[in-house]
Amino acid sequence: MANVTKRPRSTAPADAERAPAARLRAAARPLALDRVARNYGLVGAWIAIAVVFALLEPATFGTMDNAQTILGSQSVVLFLALGLMVALKVGDFDVSTAFVMAASAVILAKLNVEHGWPIVAAIAVALAMAVVVGLLNALLVVYLGVNSFIVTLGTGTVLLGASQWLTSSQTISGVSQSLVDWTIGNRLLGISVQFWYGVALCLLLAFVLGRTIVGRRVAFVGGSHTVARLSGLNVRRIRTGTFVVAALLSALAGVIYVGSQGGIDPSSGQNMLLPTFAAAFLGATAVTPGRFNTWGTFIAVYFLVTGITGLQLVGAQSYVQNVFYGAALVVAVTLSRLLVGRSASETDPSGAS
Amino acid sequence: MQLLQPPAPPEGGAAVRFHLRGVSMDFGAGKVLDDVSLELRDGEVHGLIGENGCGKSTLIKILAGFHTPIAGTLEVGGQEVPLPLAPAQFRDLGMHFVHQDLGLVPSLTATENLFVDAIARGLPLRTLSPAAWRARAAETFAAFDLEIDPDALVSQLTPTECARLAIVRAVHEMREAGFGRDGRSGLLVLDEPTVFLPREGRDQLYALVREVAAADAAVLFVSHDLDEVQLLTDRVTVLRDGRLIDTFRTREASSRELVSALIGGELQEFESHPRPRARETRPALTVRDVTGEGVDGVGFDVHPGEIVGLTGLLGSGFDALPYLLTGAVRAQRGEIGLGGRTHALGAMTPRAALAAGLAFVPGDRKRLGSAPQLSVADNMMLLRLGEFAVRGVMRDGALSREAARLAEAYDIRPRDTTVAYGSLSGGNQQKALIAKWLQSSPPVLLIHEPTQGVDVGARQQVFEVLDEAAGRGTAVVVASSDNEQLAQVCHRVLVLSGGRVGEELTGDDVDKHRISEAVYRRPPSREREI
Repeated sequence: MANVTKRPRSTAPADAERAPAARLRAAARPLALDRVARNYGLVGAWIAIAVVFALLEPATFGTMDNAQTILGSQSVVLFLALGLMVALKVGDFDVSTAFVMAASAVILAKLNVEHGWPIVAAIAVALAMAVVVGLLNALLVVYLGVNSFIVTLGTGTVLLGASQWLTSSQTISGVSQSLVDWTIGNRLLGISVQFWYGVALCLLLAFVLGRTIVGRRVAFVGGSHTVARLSGLNVRRIRTGTFVVAALLSALAGVIYVGSQGGIDPSSGQNMLLPTFAAAFLGATAVTPGRFNTWGTFIAVYFLVTGITGLQLVGAQSYVQNVFYGAALVVAVTLSRLLVGRSASETDPSGAS
Repeated sequence: MQLLQPPAPPEGGAAVRFHLRGVSMDFGAGKVLDDVSLELRDGEVHGLIGENGCGKSTLIKILAGFHTPIAGTLEVGGQEVPLPLAPAQFRDLGMHFVHQDLGLVPSLTATENLFVDAIARGLPLRTLSPAAWRARAAETFAAFDLEIDPDALVSQLTPTECARLAIVRAVHEMREAGFGRDGRSGLLVLDEPTVFLPREGRDQLYALVREVAAADAAVLFVSHDLDEVQLLTDRVTVLRDGRLIDTFRTREASSRELVSALIGGELQEFESHPRPRARETRPALTVRDVTGEGVDGVGFDVHPGEIVGLTGLLGSGFDALPYLLTGAVRAQRGEIGLGGRTHALGAMTPRAALAAGLAFVPGDRKRLGSAPQLSVADNMMLLRLGEFAVRGVMRDGALSREAARLAEAYDIRPRDTTVAYGSLSGGNQQKALIAKWLQSSPPVLLIHEPTQGVDVGARQQVFEVLDEAAGRGTAVVVASSDNEQLAQVCHRVLVLSGGRVGEELTGDDVDKHRISEAVYRRPPSREREI
């Protein structure tokens, strides 16, 4: 092309030398204070309410015992919220997770208590059920293109009905003591072992989502299904995988539920639905605001329970739980909306490109 | 198209109810309309044509009251009406518009769409029973020979039926407002309603337009399809760069005159194109019989190192081709040959296309090309993640060094690739996307509108990058409606018309004016004569 002027192009070795300098510059970039405030505002709020309640109720709230109880009591919600977070990350709703949790708990309790199965075998069956539910959700949502909210609301409700049918809506109790020991009985640093399961899961998820090729692909699918498809990613497989992971984590939540309660109320899924959504969405306002993320979810779960425990200790009735979770969900979604809206307008000054 | 007899032009003395005089418009950077006058006679179909950006949409928007012109008047029935018009004042003057998107609601029935204006404004129809409504709609459709079920959902109608429904609705509203038949004549403005219509069925639409003109109104028919304008209009006004070039009596104007008015150059001889010289190499990409999305049996070859342009009018199918070839949109049939293998397009997926060596940079960067909220590095490196992973774990240091190297090589500013992709300027976004697709040296690169929303400096850089890719042996296909750009970057240009390759320009014919000519000229081919 005669009319295209050539521009000298730097050679590869020269570029390689220049790159570390660029990295240094990036590292030296000062951390903007407002960015820290924005990313870790939820941590600050958590600490603030903890301090306030500790000052208001030093004898009950402000004790090490209470702190250990709070930390050791939320693994079911944390597992559920992390499972939901994974599905939300690729852009799918999964309303069924809380009901997968209850169904898993029912299967586990029934096989162990009524049929005398060893606990490990019973857990395996519960997990297999979760895989089937995850695949069914994926088939309907990913392959047949039905709205994920509707599909998972339906499968979740079916699971709720099945759980009530299997148990004649009766509570089952008396599961193997070893499961109870390995959930709440044993303690590490004074906190029951289920808390550490949650921490371990967070570490694992943060690593997989943040540091592996699978995590990058998940992020891109979440960014845009179309763009990911045009870039040759197997979007269907990735979305199917996240539905299965969400169901599996929910089934594990069910195992922890049985271990921490020593049994199961088959309708317990309904009570977990809102805390799960509140935590996942509130989590998206922290750490990497505007995106669903592991540590944000972790912080959100404990922020919410700290608030509720504190309110109850200062004398609020049990209804405060619903008010608090419901309000947190609305506030979280609104905040996320505002955060995303703001960064979108920040990032696109032209608006025309 | 022998269905339509060339219309008898209205008498020179026909009444003129709508008259625009000396309209000028200015958006801050130069005039977009400069002293344009239009006289619309009762009973005529008046064409308004011009290339993109010639000012025809601005003129229509002034008529609709969206814009305030800096000069000019509108006269209706001999009385001057102050500009700008108040919102919806055009209705009171008897003007009705059908825009390119038709403004129908797909999920509602034909009847509901017909009366949408009455529904929205709470007019007396409220008191009619659904059956009476339906009967009125059936009557209206029958009066215009519109054979559609009043209960049919608009989403189930063919595109041509939708266009006719939209026109019938506009005329219906015009009559309800007391214009048209037996009353004062109205003005029906059709703003490119045919762009996305298939060829078949257009005759009925043209017949409808003629009928409306004969009975009711002056019709202003905006288009950039010369064929259509010649077939349908009595007179035609050509706009170029905001100026009125001329108003022709359509029957007396030759295609040649119209094209040269349109593009402002001299018309060249028709069959003078030299044959493309024989190439030594085997084609990098062979395309055969691609059909779907308005494309009808297109085939061509692209050789290594060659840059081939695809262009045509809106609706000609040129812009659908890259999407069909990569499986982004599923083709009805056709196949491509690439790297010694043949791939059926009926089963093509973007993933398979990429694996076969077909890189594709879509035109809509925001919706199809990128995840704007992710970082520049994430967007650029997506295709090569596997290279930077050891047993599935990302080597982020190596990845960001490579991203930094690419930012340098493609001159992406800022160089910091950790910023959100969406924060880059249009030009830098495009460079990053091209970098994403070119870094693995694909045998074939398809690119749609490579410089849309790209500033002038970056535009040149995009051209250089394409040229260098071709220099390294990549076969490049550029689909674009920007003829100047095609002339600058392409070795060969295929001009599509009605879904087929109408003309192939090579050598000296790859020139802005010749491409424009080929785009607007009626191709001497068979498929246009039904």
